[in-house]
Amino acid sequence: MHFEYKVEGGDFTLAGYASSQIKKTLKQLGADPAVIKRVVVALYEAEVNIVAHAYRGVIYADIQPGGITLRLVDEGPGIPDVEMAMTKGFSTASPQVREMGFGAGMGLPNISENADSFSIETEINKGTTLTIGINFK
Amino acid sequence: MLLSEICGIVNGTVVSGESRLSQKAEYAFASDLMSDVLTLKVDHFILITGLANVQSVRTAEMSDAPYLLLCRGKEVSEEMLKLAIENNILIIKSPFSMFKCAGLLYSAGIKPVY
Repeated sequence: MHFEYKVEGGDFTLAGYASSQIKKTLKQLGADPAVIKRVVVALYEAEVNIVAHAYRGVIYADIQPGGITLRLVDEGPGIPDVEMAMTKGFSTASPQVREMGFGAGMGLPNISENADSFSIETEINKGTTLTIGINFK
Repeated sequence: MLLSEICGIVNGTVVSGESRLSQKAEYAFASDLMSDVLTLKVDHFILITGLANVQSVRTAEMSDAPYLLLCRGKEVSEEMLKLAIENNILIIKSPFSMFKCAGLLYSAGIKPVY
């Protein structure tokens, strides 16, 4: 199964919509609740990252019998130092993002912790692509 | 402890998800930092927060934490309410501070996640 969701930068009202839809789909498919939680937490953090940092993006979700692959492709400023961005507590988020309860430098480390595979490709002034893989067993 | 009892302890008003008042909760976590909430490995805990926006309801949804205790009489927006109803999330609004809500519930036997 393949799903695509568009995400607009700065639109916090809709942040989490894609994660919510994926959660409902995985529930309907009867996936293990613990796995569903790992998927939606990782996806939600990544979705909020697009809203918080990018201009716009697309989430591609591929669900197969063995697991799910999420690809979040954004157009945005890119990440100048990925190693730094992966450090717990490091953040470049705006005050508006912090007011929403995010931007404490916990997102990328939390995505990594919940994923079975995780990669970041980024290009300055172009954008960032996160690829998250989570196995169902 | 029953959610209805919890509601009484914090002098709460039910905003959504009234049918969940007959359910029981054992744990609570108090935070305004949603990223922190998303690191928790437990579920069905009470999320105590002063953060009154759509993302607190979304975080409750993603964390499988269907009980949201909103402190200091913060108003629930239409978007929050819509999302809470859609996901059957119980929102209790308390006039007390987050510190007081957490203290009262801890004293009443609700366990901390950490």
